[in-house]
Amino acid sequence: MASEKDLNLEATELRLGLPGTSDESAKNQMSATPRSNKRALPEESMSSNATASKNCDQETTPHTKAQVVGWPPIRSYRKNNLQPKKSEAEPSGIYVKVSMDGAPYLRKIDLKVFKGYTELLKALEDMFKFKAGEYSEREGYNGSEFVPTYEDKYGDWMLVGDVPWEMFTNSCKKLRIMKGSEARGLGCVV
Amino acid sequence: MLWGSRKTINMNYFPDEVLEHVFDFITSHKDRNSVSLVCKSWYKIEKYSRQRVFLGNCYAICPERLIARFPELKSLTLKGKPHFADFNLVPDDWGGFLYPWIKAMAKSRIGLEELKLKRMVVSDESLELLSKSFPNFKSLVLVSCEGFTTDGLAAIASNCRFLRELDLQENEVEDHRGHWLSCFPESCTSLVSLNFACLKGEINLASLERLVARSTNLKSLRLNRAVPFDTLQRLLIRAPQLVDLGTGSYVHDPSSEAYNKFKAAIQSCNSIRSLSGFLEVAPRCMSAIYPICENLTFLNLSYAAGLQSNELTKLIQHCRKLQRLWILDCIGDKGLGVVASTCKELQELRVFPSNPFDAGNAAVTEEGLILVSEGCPKLNSLLYFCQQMTNAALITVANCTNFIRFRLCILDPIKPDPVTNQPLDEGFGAIVRSCKGLKRLSLSGLLTDQVFYYIGMYAKKHEMLSIAFAGDSDKGMLYVLNGCKKLRKLEIRDCPFGDAALLEDMGEYETMRSLWMSTCDVTLGACKMLAKKMPNLNVEIINESEQTESNLDDSQKVDKMYLYRTLVGHREDAPEFVWLL
Repeated sequence: MASEKDLNLEATELRLGLPGTSDESAKNQMSATPRSNKRALPEESMSSNATASKNCDQETTPHTKAQVVGWPPIRSYRKNNLQPKKSEAEPSGIYVKVSMDGAPYLRKIDLKVFKGYTELLKALEDMFKFKAGEYSEREGYNGSEFVPTYEDKYGDWMLVGDVPWEMFTNSCKKLRIMKGSEARGLGCVV
Repeated sequence: MLWGSRKTINMNYFPDEVLEHVFDFITSHKDRNSVSLVCKSWYKIEKYSRQRVFLGNCYAICPERLIARFPELKSLTLKGKPHFADFNLVPDDWGGFLYPWIKAMAKSRIGLEELKLKRMVVSDESLELLSKSFPNFKSLVLVSCEGFTTDGLAAIASNCRFLRELDLQENEVEDHRGHWLSCFPESCTSLVSLNFACLKGEINLASLERLVARSTNLKSLRLNRAVPFDTLQRLLIRAPQLVDLGTGSYVHDPSSEAYNKFKAAIQSCNSIRSLSGFLEVAPRCMSAIYPICENLTFLNLSYAAGLQSNELTKLIQHCRKLQRLWILDCIGDKGLGVVASTCKELQELRVFPSNPFDAGNAAVTEEGLILVSEGCPKLNSLLYFCQQMTNAALITVANCTNFIRFRLCILDPIKPDPVTNQPLDEGFGAIVRSCKGLKRLSLSGLLTDQVFYYIGMYAKKHEMLSIAFAGDSDKGMLYVLNGCKKLRKLEIRDCPFGDAALLEDMGEYETMRSLWMSTCDVTLGACKMLAKKMPNLNVEIINESEQTESNLDDSQKVDKMYLYRTLVGHREDAPEFVWLL
């Protein structure tokens, strides 16, 4: 999905090919070995994608195959609107408070209406009139004046964008747009 | 004298109006296209009498030329993005914009009355211009489109005074939670069909009730999730003449007053033949629907994830006249057995996965499909997402020779026959051999070049073929291109088909609408050559990496290629990541 790619979340990046092949290795594979009936089964890919898939909220077994982009071939609309069987009463939305350092009052937003980080950040930027800048796994929102952070269900303050979107929406309790100078302690240190 | 000595009939003896009247009876697009090729005079008459136009690819021609060709255009169907865009394989902003079409038609004073769009980008601006430019506008059908918000719908509601149909199917609509529905003026009483099931936001319920009450011709009403059960019951009382109903929320307390009223109301709805919705459903409350089941011909429970298999089967047992059934796989093989023994009129079956990403747990297998194919002799259209399939099962299913559409999707895309561990070549081979009328086929499972050999040999009427993770070599693709002469759309992903296959018979692509190949073995150089040799084709490369066209070398494989025939050359609206070769 575009948002994950923008934020460079390689670990959970949805790819075109069978899971487990990175762009590089896929290209090498394609030129070196003609495809035979015996394709690498997705299970072999588990190392890089396992942690991400396991932590996802879907019911998964240890041998869950990571998602291949566009497979199974169901319209995005249908995928996005299918409720898992196990849910009980419909939650009406995931409303979280959003505070910004220096702003006089808080706002609330519904995380459910966003499809991913790009949309969320844009909405926050519009709401509070700031620019978060580019996210990178290594350096977070390096150099930005304001940095989006959130409190997770364990009470820890985390940088927005580190974990897969689903995991984020399920664990985010509130959002805080911190001043860049204060946020340095949260940034990923290499 | 009509009959000359050479015994030829001179149709041109008849005045134009007579010919025009004759042509009125020719409704199929293909036939009308043929009529226009007969001679100049027929071309002219056909041109001025043609009101309905279908454009399977909006980039095959430009709006201005279409309008010049058919100045009396009243009804237009347009399709935009390639089919695989439905599955996120095409980036946003690829194209398929509606606005230029509306602008051109408005400028030329086309008397547009009907517009049907699929996979197009529809902006609010275009909807607003549409609503203000065509005073007789009657019908808007949007399928799998995006780019608009409820503000655009408000413009349609406010300005289209004679609107009969507003049908929104599976669109991504930004919901501003405004009062678009309230924008239908009190004077608007012409609605026949209203489908807003795909909208996520609240609507003004009182406005909805008033609208339904004054739309005495309303035949089709599909609600969204935000419409509560209580309102549903009141709407049914006002519209007992409905033929097609899509419920919104179907959550209620079985002991409530609303439930009793609903039961009474639905009894009067004798005309309902098509039922869908149940976007939110309370279990064990479907019995209220039973009274209308015996007349149903179409039942769509594919979004009703709250229903368990036994409730589904109990419901279906009442639906003896069902012709089309869309359902989730939680019905299970046994449930499909109930379908097979109850629905003897069944023509179309679609079984969708309730857990699309959990290939280990799909609830239907080849067993369910066998039961349905054996029990439903009229079955001709299938979409089946399943856990596994065997050759033996497909060979049995092939006894059902009426298939026109056969789309099988095994959730693990390269899974072999679990019993024999063989590829599914023989099974699909049996299908294409027996089903002589097959027009559309989607394959999945472990497949070698052999299946394509069979397709090329037997699938003479094929028009659309979807292939993923299949084949061993270029031979596969060549079998198809050489054998399926009626092919219009070919879409391929993740197959080892390369330059040799792509370039073997370039002329073939001019007889087709389009070809999509992604994550295959075609190189940039081959695509460039194809583009150079075939000026009537647009060859587009979608490149999402950082590299620019100049950095990539001709021997590198392209990620995604989409080519289509066109009369107007390169399109002007392609974004940066689309290279027009």
